[in-house]
Amino acid sequence: MPAMADETLFQLLHTQVVAAAYGAGRGSGDEGLRAGLTVLEGMGFRVGQGLAERLPQGALAFREELDTIKFLCRDLWGAVFGKQTDNLRTNHQGTYILQDNNFPFLTQMAWGQQYLEEAPKFLAFTCGLLRGTLSSLGIESSVTASVTSLPACKFQVVIQKA
Amino acid sequence: MSRPGNRRPEYHKIDWHLPAISSSASAHSMNRDLFVLTYGALVAQLCKDYEKDEDVNNYLDKMGYGIGIRLVEDFLARSCVKKCHSYSEIADLIAQVAFKMYLGITPSVTRNESSRNEFSLILDKNPLVEFVEELPAGRSSLCYCNLLCGVIRGALEMIHLTADVTFLQDRLKGDKVTEIGITFLKKLEEKKYRRKK
Repeated sequence: MPAMADETLFQLLHTQVVAAAYGAGRGSGDEGLRAGLTVLEGMGFRVGQGLAERLPQGALAFREELDTIKFLCRDLWGAVFGKQTDNLRTNHQGTYILQDNNFPFLTQMAWGQQYLEEAPKFLAFTCGLLRGTLSSLGIESSVTASVTSLPACKFQVVIQKA
Repeated sequence: MSRPGNRRPEYHKIDWHLPAISSSASAHSMNRDLFVLTYGALVAQLCKDYEKDEDVNNYLDKMGYGIGIRLVEDFLARSCVKKCHSYSEIADLIAQVAFKMYLGITPSVTRNESSRNEFSLILDKNPLVEFVEELPAGRSSLCYCNLLCGVIRGALEMIHLTADVTFLQDRLKGDKVTEIGITFLKKLEEKKYRRKK
């Protein structure tokens, strides 16, 4: 089947996904915000799992943990955002930081300190996506995201050692 | 991000100049799967949130509308299409350019003989349901792809065309094909169009 659904369409869908996560009575107050984030993270997780399951067999044969992380930076980011992450750092002890200086889900937001609190809504799906993809590739992890100045952000992946 | 307060871990930058095109996975196929899976997750969440199929359908249509009114700008910028002079030109454009561009399929267009403003898009393949075998149990009136109707309706509205867009047939419901009906509600004022040309 030919290519479809480029990044623009996906970004628009993601905006609606965020809106849906804050619909249906969720979304007011701190608790509502957290409930919405959980929903978004969960959706991202399932999508990530599904994506990894549908990869061609050879793609799963990563020898090193680092190769898997590079796969996220390059292929997953490529599929979702049409580019690679800008930077990857690690402490070589199972913590990886993926940095994107111009994160597409944040670029539509207005710039300014007062909007920073809205930012987690636009990061939660991607956190889940990373965690879900890793999970299907046999790596359990926890993923958090942080923003210091819009629209740059960092995703921290901490691998859980068995 | 929380870090241990006293000890700041050292992070080394990895030199990772990689080939632009990955050998391990086809970016295109992943991109398509991503959209289809995300849409599936969205419908699943809506089904959790709303008991009635009708509410889910309406919500999907509303979301599609929100996408359509923004997507049309992208579409016009990238497709460089010329001004259309009839409803049938518009219907062809939706099928041959818009569907092709965003979903990678080209539905066939049929026109209702008795009416000049009713058209149908017949989808042989529907990528959105690629991973869907059947409708979830107890959701027999769910219109799984209703987002598409909203997208078309929203996009048309932004170019000042009001239309009713609904699913007439759906393979997921046992029909032979999937058919989207478009009914244009306002008559194109042809004179006006000519003048603007």
